[in-house]
Amino acid sequence: MFDQLTARGCAAFGMLLLILLALPMFADSYLVSVVTLVLWFAYVGQAWNVMMGFAGQLSLGHSLYVGLGAYASAALFVHFGIGPWAGLWLGMLLATLAGAVIGVLGFRFAIRGVHFALLTIAFAEFTRIAFDHIGWLGGSGGFFLPVGDAAGSSPFDLRGSPVLFYYVILALALGALALCRRLLHSRIGYFWLAIREDQEAAQAVGIDVFRAKLAAVLISAAMTSLGGVFYAFFYNNLFPEQIFSVSRSIELILAPVIGGIGTLFGPIFGAFILTPPGRAGHLGY
Amino acid sequence: MLATRRWFGAQMDTVVTGRNEERLGLTRRDFGKATLAASAAAVVLTRAPAFAQDTVLKVGVLLPRSGYLAQPGQACQRGADIAATLLPELGFRVEVLNADTESNPDVARSRAEKLIQDGAQVIVGAFDSGQTTAAAQVCEQRGIPLVVNIAAAPQLTEQGYRTIFRNFPTSPTLVGNGLALMKDLFATTGTTPRSAVFLHANDTFGQANKAALDKLFPTLDMPFPMPEAISYDPKAQDLAVEVAKARATGAELVIVTTRANDAIMIVREMVKQRYEPMAVVSPGSPGMYDEQFYKVLGKYSDYCISNLPWYDPKSPLARKVEKTFKDKFPSDRFEGYAFNVGFTFEAVLIAADAFKRAGTGEPAALLDALRQTNLSEKIMLGGPIQFDAKGQNNAIASACVQNFKLRPTVVLPKENAEAAPVFPMPGWQKRA
Amino acid sequence: MPLDLYLNVAAGGLLTGLVYGLAALGLSVIFGVVRIVNFAHGELMVIGMYAAVLAAGSLSIDPLLATPVVAGLLFAVGYGLQRGLVNRFIDRPDHMQFILLVGIAMMIVNGLLIVFGPDSRNAQVSYAFDAIEIGPLLLDTVRVYAGGGALTVAALLFFFFRCTLTGKAIRACADNQLGARVVGLNVERLYAFTFGLGAATAGIAGCLMTLLVDVRPQLAPEYTLLSFIVVIVGGLGSMGGALLGGVLIGISEAMAGFILLPSMKSMFSYGLLILVLLLRPQGLLGKRP
Repeated sequence: MFDQLTARGCAAFGMLLLILLALPMFADSYLVSVVTLVLWFAYVGQAWNVMMGFAGQLSLGHSLYVGLGAYASAALFVHFGIGPWAGLWLGMLLATLAGAVIGVLGFRFAIRGVHFALLTIAFAEFTRIAFDHIGWLGGSGGFFLPVGDAAGSSPFDLRGSPVLFYYVILALALGALALCRRLLHSRIGYFWLAIREDQEAAQAVGIDVFRAKLAAVLISAAMTSLGGVFYAFFYNNLFPEQIFSVSRSIELILAPVIGGIGTLFGPIFGAFILTPPGRAGHLGY
Repeated sequence: MLATRRWFGAQMDTVVTGRNEERLGLTRRDFGKATLAASAAAVVLTRAPAFAQDTVLKVGVLLPRSGYLAQPGQACQRGADIAATLLPELGFRVEVLNADTESNPDVARSRAEKLIQDGAQVIVGAFDSGQTTAAAQVCEQRGIPLVVNIAAAPQLTEQGYRTIFRNFPTSPTLVGNGLALMKDLFATTGTTPRSAVFLHANDTFGQANKAALDKLFPTLDMPFPMPEAISYDPKAQDLAVEVAKARATGAELVIVTTRANDAIMIVREMVKQRYEPMAVVSPGSPGMYDEQFYKVLGKYSDYCISNLPWYDPKSPLARKVEKTFKDKFPSDRFEGYAFNVGFTFEAVLIAADAFKRAGTGEPAALLDALRQTNLSEKIMLGGPIQFDAKGQNNAIASACVQNFKLRPTVVLPKENAEAAPVFPMPGWQKRA
Repeated sequence: MPLDLYLNVAAGGLLTGLVYGLAALGLSVIFGVVRIVNFAHGELMVIGMYAAVLAAGSLSIDPLLATPVVAGLLFAVGYGLQRGLVNRFIDRPDHMQFILLVGIAMMIVNGLLIVFGPDSRNAQVSYAFDAIEIGPLLLDTVRVYAGGGALTVAALLFFFFRCTLTGKAIRACADNQLGARVVGLNVERLYAFTFGLGAATAGIAGCLMTLLVDVRPQLAPEYTLLSFIVVIVGGLGSMGGALLGGVLIGISEAMAGFILLPSMKSMFSYGLLILVLLLRPQGLLGKRP
């Protein structure tokens, strides 16, 4: 995991990890909520990074997967009483399907560069307006999750104090880091590296470019949808206007871009740098 | 033509390479580490020390002062500013802390957290249902009371929050009162339209009103059948198609739920397309009494009707607030701001009153005091301010406000009326 | 429903679509020559809109008359932008260009927010409430002027590229950069000129748009997206395509809004974009590379 860092980098990361693990014990809830947000952006940024940094596809509509994960798990919880630990599978499935559609259509028709980016935007916006009109999911009026007793903690339903959510997102972020490290050093990771450097040469050597790129899209979509599930249960209200919006998609990619596309720790550093100062959320959009 | 085609017929793709990252990787990482350390230090060092004050109530006012809701948000802010000045003169000890939600629920959430961290003992806000819900989340988690000045989504008092108090009607109440006032209007003027159409923005507010209309209409015995609903994108800059569709229905009454700009666009299109219904009525939405509405539409703004909660010109407190308003903002008309100023002032007043009765800013005591609120000295029309078990005030009444000579004038109910209603309205071309 | 209502809606959509087409034209010109994807296009348009509103408000100049001045202003802005900043990014990968231009766009939008505030502003013209009757059609006066203006400017641009020396020089740069340099053309200056021209076109489109809508800073990213949709549908690199795309989007949005639910209007445009991207990615009038 640490072969990309120097010894000093390892030490710094270790310290950071310790601080993060112990944070709720010595910090007030404001700081905890800020760091929760930072970790969320780090997680989703890492997920996006898989598609961009590893497979070289610029997706500007990643909010689509966030929204699908969020709405799927929220709908199951509100309408059928199914908790998020089970509901997240539906979210992942839907997001993966959407990613598959975009990926297959995009790659089959050899759409690259700005055209691909526009395709992802179009899908996200199309879904946004569609969800605006689905009354069963609240439409543009918003979808609200019931808020139970704040004192009661039911981790199985993700109903609980902010500290619970903090540790959940911390676990997700660390898990994403571990997963990405694993992927980078696996066979498919090397395929991605080859495709990134020179797609034609990679194809000539016999790598199934289409499969490799599609895998990146699917993994990225599935990971991102988990972020959406977290979002739904943390905020307890969903509005298509916000969760599927283009400005949300752009917010998501700022951290990995500033931190370093294609690197392992890039999204995390990017999120830590960008989010605390004045909450870079509002972009004037 | 061929030459032009050839000119433009060049390569379109660009291959994405990862080559740039390696060159700059090391410096970026070091920079990242340094900044991380710096920002962590900054955040830890700037934590505000906790206060333990019980002589003055710290009220955190959360409003959209920037973003797409800036205009009504800033109007609400004026109410909070007036409260900060006027309430101490009336014997209430309050200190107002302001925060801007930037019309964004995520920001609303973190600003609410920040206000509480800075010592706010009550939060007032946040004009929009989405942002208010975000703040309600935070307040519920911290056990801090939230007094809602303006937000109509019924779910706010249905989701199960125990710290929320809303001094504003829900969409069903707004729409129900609005429709009842319409019936009064028909009865008073002796004219009844045979059909209606409902034009609404497809956002939180518009959809809530539509849902309320769907539910309440059959029970209210209106003289025309259920209006067809035409929803438009709230961000649309051009409503020609929507108004054309409304006109195609041939409806004699146009019911609207708008924000500010769409109201202007709708009336303007109606003039251009020569669509002259008996009236344009809103069952409780902003837009047709805004200063901008009068400025842009001029004579065409007259006779538009808004049925919504309004300030009581005869209430002594309202008069004091109006006077303070005129002192602070001499070049603005009170009527254009009364709605937003009134409700926001009342929200801060409610918090201050609870504090006075509780004697302490401790959350549990404040919550108790709020639940027992019974304020009869207030600004908006309606019965004394009281909250039911869910935190909702059900005593707020609506008035029928019609534009006459570029001024919003109360025409119903009769006991509060300043003038008689005009229905049907004169045609566009006949305006002086 | 009577036929003339449909015709009215379609006619309105067509006229508005012409203005969209003009905006997209600027984008197409920039991409076709400089090969930069201008993600700040909508922002340039909104600057033009504010300029027109200011001119109308303080100097009482009709937006139509203000177009030359606005065009000049935006030309200077575009020229400077290209020469100073964008030029260094021409050879960098897509996402770098994107970040740069999005950054510029954000700065413009926030700058406008600080200077003008978030409220809508509009240019009051004396004929804002008039309509022209042509047979069964009732056309908004403002829409007719805007559409006509767009068509005129598009024709002028076409003439410029076809017949003038500078126009031909620009086309040469686009065709073969190395060859153009060999022949002695100052490629950097021509690129900057083209960017300026594209920006000016966006500015004029903005001026014309002021007749139709009220301006606020948040419109900018929507116009950027809209310009892209029109350009892709019509064909990247084709001037006629940009106009055609604009008209198509304008009419289809209007008709979809009229027949279905107006709040679903945009869904239609995005659906159209997805279809075009998949079935004919070079656009309706574009040429396959």
